[in-house]
Amino acid sequence: MIDAGLDRIAHLLDGEALLIAFALVGLIMWVSNFLSTRLTAGRVHGSAIAIVLGLALAFWGGAATGGHKGVADLPFLSGIGLMGGAMLRDFAIVATAFEVDVARAKRAGAIGSVALILGTVLPFFFGAALAWAFGYRDAVSISTIGAGAVTYIVGPITGAAIGAGSAVIALSIATGVVKAILVMVFTPIVAPLIRLDSPRAAMIFGGMMGTVSGVSAGLAATDRRLVPYGALTATFHTGLGCLLAPSILYFIVRAMLGA
Amino acid sequence: MEARSRGFARMTISGVALLALCSLLGQILGEMLGYVLGVKANVGGVGIAMLLLIIARLWLARRGLLSDGVNRGVFLWGSLYIPIVVAMAAQQDVVAAIQGGPLVLAGGAGVVVLCFAMVAVLGRLAGRGETIDEIEARERAAAGIVDPSVRPTA
Repeated sequence: MIDAGLDRIAHLLDGEALLIAFALVGLIMWVSNFLSTRLTAGRVHGSAIAIVLGLALAFWGGAATGGHKGVADLPFLSGIGLMGGAMLRDFAIVATAFEVDVARAKRAGAIGSVALILGTVLPFFFGAALAWAFGYRDAVSISTIGAGAVTYIVGPITGAAIGAGSAVIALSIATGVVKAILVMVFTPIVAPLIRLDSPRAAMIFGGMMGTVSGVSAGLAATDRRLVPYGALTATFHTGLGCLLAPSILYFIVRAMLGA
Repeated sequence: MEARSRGFARMTISGVALLALCSLLGQILGEMLGYVLGVKANVGGVGIAMLLLIIARLWLARRGLLSDGVNRGVFLWGSLYIPIVVAMAAQQDVVAAIQGGPLVLAGGAGVVVLCFAMVAVLGRLAGRGETIDEIEARERAAAGIVDPSVRPTA
């Protein structure tokens, strides 16, 4: 009797995945804001705590299921996958554009583009040099790992385009994920040091860091009002990386290796 | 006809629909741009969508059509931004990141330090921008609000 009842509820909840996600994330936000005011007197942003809690949950979920999508791999939390997936994330990012001050964004446009290009080229060559230091000598592997240092999407797309092995592609994805996670966690901490407090600085930040997940979470944890400016440049980053990494940048690596 | 369109603009769905339209159009244009450039990825779809939404807002405002409904529908999703980002964080492959080995950890950490430093350098080169606090203080002053403790909730 009770078993049958529980069965029915479990069955019902299967169809309510997104609502479970709303309730759970609401709970995380509430706990985070509570910790922010009570433990840190508001010095650490509630959203920064919430994002770190989210990452901790993702670690727990990944360890428990052996999957690659954090808590979203747990059947009853699959709604987290929809709520935090690309569709709703991009939808919410676009919505923040309503708050953009056009004149200010235009004035920062040029320096934002410079950041965008540097933010692609510098990480690529940094990752490539590191791959060299770790003993890789072929242009394809070196370029794929370098592309992973741009973002975790540029890495595998570049690897697939120039014919890298799956182990190297996995390395490049992991490098990009580490980058995104570090940006999420450390942006609010370093924000005062790098003067991340103006729309212009946010546009530079978005172009330079690139990773949309890292930038969107990092700015959310620093100052919600900076989000649209950072997102505006960051969303062009992956496209630019996918354009440059398997072409010009790969050719440069190949020329440097003399092959 | 006139009255009916104003009725629609009063509804929250008009803002949500506008947002969806801009998002879809932006993604399609980003996909086409990627195709034209020969790239296997969407090039700036979200950024283009943001520009479309900004243009739409200016256009509606100029015509006096920027209604409460439109604002409500868009702000609803803008205000869900942080919770959505938290859900995004909860589905990252953190296990793989931690188990990635020295190359992965050194690569990720090094590139983040490098990029943070470059943000500081470029910020210095570009000169100091007006901070978001200063902007809001000035706008409040312009609007004639005297109470400095009144802050819009982020």
